[in-house]
Amino acid sequence: MVETGLVRAGIPTAAEILAPSPAAVLRRRALRHWGLLIGGTILAIIIVMALLAPIISPFDPYDQQLGRKLIPPIWHASAKATWVHPLGTDHLGRDYLTRLLYGAQISLLIGVSAMLISGVIGTTIGVLAGYFGGRVDMVVNFIVTTRLSMPVVLVALAVVSIIGSSLTVVIWVLGLLIWDRFAVVMRSATQQVRVREFITAAQAVGCSTPRILLTEVAPNVVNHLIVVATLEMAHAILLEAALSFLGLGVQPPTPSWGLMISEAKGLMFFDPWLITIPGVALFLLVLSINMLGDGLRDVTAPENRN
Amino acid sequence: MLAFTAKRLGIALLVALTVSLITFSMIYVSGDPAIAIAGEGARAQDIEAIRKFYGFDRPILEQYFSWLGGALQGDFGRSFTLRQPVADVIAARLPVTITLGALAIAFALLLAIPLGVLAAVRPNSIADRFALTVAVVGQAMPTFWFALTLILWLGVYWRLLPITGSDSWLNFIMPAIALGYYVTPAIMRLTRAGVLEVLSSDYIRTARAKGLRPMTVLFKHALRNAIIPVVSLAAVQFGFMLGGSIVIETIFQINGLGYLAWESIQRKDLPTMQAIVLSLSVIYVLLTLVADLLNAFLDPRLRVT
Amino acid sequence: MSERVLTVEAMQVDLPLAAGTLHAVQGVSFHVDRGETLCIVGESGCGKTLTALAVMDLLPSAARRTAARLELNGQDLAGLGERAIADIRGNRMAMIFQEPMTSLNPAYTIGNQLEEALLRHRPVSRKQARERALYLLDRVGIPSAAGRLKQYPHQLSGGLRQRVMIAMALMCGPSLILADEPTTALDVTIQAQILHLLAELQREFAMGLVLITHDLGIVARIATRVAVMYAGQVVEMGTAQAIFSAPSHPYTRGLLDCIPVPGKTRRGEKLGTIPGMVPSLIGLMHGCRFAGRCPYVVEACRQSEVPLAPGQAPDHLVRCIRHAELGGLAAHAARAVAS
Repeated sequence: MVETGLVRAGIPTAAEILAPSPAAVLRRRALRHWGLLIGGTILAIIIVMALLAPIISPFDPYDQQLGRKLIPPIWHASAKATWVHPLGTDHLGRDYLTRLLYGAQISLLIGVSAMLISGVIGTTIGVLAGYFGGRVDMVVNFIVTTRLSMPVVLVALAVVSIIGSSLTVVIWVLGLLIWDRFAVVMRSATQQVRVREFITAAQAVGCSTPRILLTEVAPNVVNHLIVVATLEMAHAILLEAALSFLGLGVQPPTPSWGLMISEAKGLMFFDPWLITIPGVALFLLVLSINMLGDGLRDVTAPENRN
Repeated sequence: MLAFTAKRLGIALLVALTVSLITFSMIYVSGDPAIAIAGEGARAQDIEAIRKFYGFDRPILEQYFSWLGGALQGDFGRSFTLRQPVADVIAARLPVTITLGALAIAFALLLAIPLGVLAAVRPNSIADRFALTVAVVGQAMPTFWFALTLILWLGVYWRLLPITGSDSWLNFIMPAIALGYYVTPAIMRLTRAGVLEVLSSDYIRTARAKGLRPMTVLFKHALRNAIIPVVSLAAVQFGFMLGGSIVIETIFQINGLGYLAWESIQRKDLPTMQAIVLSLSVIYVLLTLVADLLNAFLDPRLRVT
Repeated sequence: MSERVLTVEAMQVDLPLAAGTLHAVQGVSFHVDRGETLCIVGESGCGKTLTALAVMDLLPSAARRTAARLELNGQDLAGLGERAIADIRGNRMAMIFQEPMTSLNPAYTIGNQLEEALLRHRPVSRKQARERALYLLDRVGIPSAAGRLKQYPHQLSGGLRQRVMIAMALMCGPSLILADEPTTALDVTIQAQILHLLAELQREFAMGLVLITHDLGIVARIATRVAVMYAGQVVEMGTAQAIFSAPSHPYTRGLLDCIPVPGKTRRGEKLGTIPGMVPSLIGLMHGCRFAGRCPYVVEACRQSEVPLAPGQAPDHLVRCIRHAELGGLAAHAARAVAS
């Protein structure tokens, strides 16, 4: 019998050959899940626009044109609004659309990098805890509990204020702090796989532990990993935005959306679009990633919905 | 029940100790804390003064134990930059942050639990989709941006609420909403899932078979069981809000612990930062313990372990 | 002169599914009198549980129930609204379920859950409700009842919990009890005790009892009358005596043939089986539902709906067009079991 979600080595039966492959079933389910489709589409659009930033907008995000500062976006009824700057300019005359697009690059970069770092850390200790149980599990649980007992934002701020903030520092600090969800989820997923017969079978045959982890455990927990990865990427993006907003993330003049909102804080009563536009961008990016993650979870393991 | 509490207490203590170690070593992350505090371009004699004031020239272990010993007695030393005992400053600001956190969690619970129950009782209905939309939006919206937007609309355009300061309780409404909205989705989802699962359990069928009224079935029987994980989640989320309040407090200029942390960072007052992180972490640990105990209190089955 | 407690006529339960409508219960009719035990027998999926739930109006919200007649002590139940039915449930008719381990709320004491059943329907004080709970706990054979009231469900064993469920069903003195496989989840020795208890209580309180089971041994022990269900329909109904001594429907015969008889069944002899599978209940059906597995099937069986008609005796109903010709064949195993 084919069990979607479980990967098993062996000679396929006639039923297995004729039944749709697990990949095909997944693909079919994915195409029907509107949350996944919408989220994935929006995310794809954002990524493409970020990558094509130099082509879409000819301006330099760092180019200050004080003579053209605070031009409102095109939908304002003001005489100053112009198609040259469809999203207006900020207080230093920099084109907002350009800043937005390059800001997308920053957010995506930080999101992916921090997610990768925290993913490696969290998955490693989570899988080890789930697979070996016993003392290893106890130690990992303790580590996770300790990490959960510390206020992430404050610790990040403190460390960044001591070392000095930059893109790299932010990525590493975030990566080293947000691995807890990875650890918890992967531990649980590994525990569930651990008790299945094919693990025992592999051990009986004499497979080494690293090999079992790689060939038997990994394929069966990877769907959980992908779901957590997307959610943590969104988490990292929001955290970076908050850090930059407080002035301890990416430093000016780099275009980070959080920083853009912070810089516009003082002007928001008169030119609210300055905070609305990057805010909406952040919201859409995080929303699309969350929808994608939720959709992936629904499609690969609907029983884990909560 | 006693053994259960003792065991949890033991683990909590161990965690708190580890956290204290980490917090202590935080200021050494750049190598020399005296230089970090003094800032760039500081004169050698200022750096030396700071070093002497905080005792950074003593052996590390001695520093740690004297710091920890002091902390246990509620003494975090004096702040070089603040010129007052750190503990006093923290004690003055902590109640404000706790008030803010409490209001925020209250808002979150008042919004999330009814929505979650409604969504579970009518799954896939309009109410359900509305609740899920609230959740999805809440999880994607950056807190600081939501706060600024609230200020714009409720404070400036509609002039409903005051924007800054912490004089009256009105000042706390917008911050509480902004802070609480971030944890609403998790609570709502958990409530919804819990109620949905509980409603299909056998004892609910028994309750209906006894002819109990639908409200009784829902609130006395279903919610009573479904709410258990929500309560401990709320306790933990309360802790997160205490830590995450720095953003809200700086925006609304509320004189709480978060704002103090912000000021300390600006002034490079690392020891105060340390003290704040340690205090909050200890509160977290306590809250997790409380959450565990609440769990056991609410679910008779758990009292055996 | 027995009083009729429950009348069910032409009851239907449909469940809309993605693949079509599932006709879980089709045209089921039966009745129960005071002091009488009707056993509804059938294999898993034949609709017996849904029938009981339909009587109690405890069906899943997607299900649709219709009935020509559904009366409790002469009062119509089918047309009653949600509130009115809730007033009757747990009050004049009660139900006991299969899984005692999960049927009680873990967050409240036994006493609380028992008293609540009475307080809901009668204007009595808490103290009076407690006294009734104590009395019933004692009556169902639970030792140190007073202490038990303060205990939580997880502190009791499965057998004790089922006794508590029985006590709970009796709190308001119902005239009808529906028991859905009350002993299936219990040890064999406890099974016998619980059955004995149910029979006693029924006599003492003069109730009607509908006992749902798949176990013919239980039927033989406790039934006054039997209704055999297959694929959502009643295929045979009559007194226990008649069903066992002269089973008229091929399915009933098949069921009885499956049972080994000590003394009669030879060592190594194959037990009877009924080949094939239960047909799908989704969508339109015609003809006899058992046709695909019946050893006596003829072409006419598949052609039109088979009515439930009187068989060997006027109160012995069979749904088989050939029951008269097959009547001569006796099931020796059945007689042996019944004795």
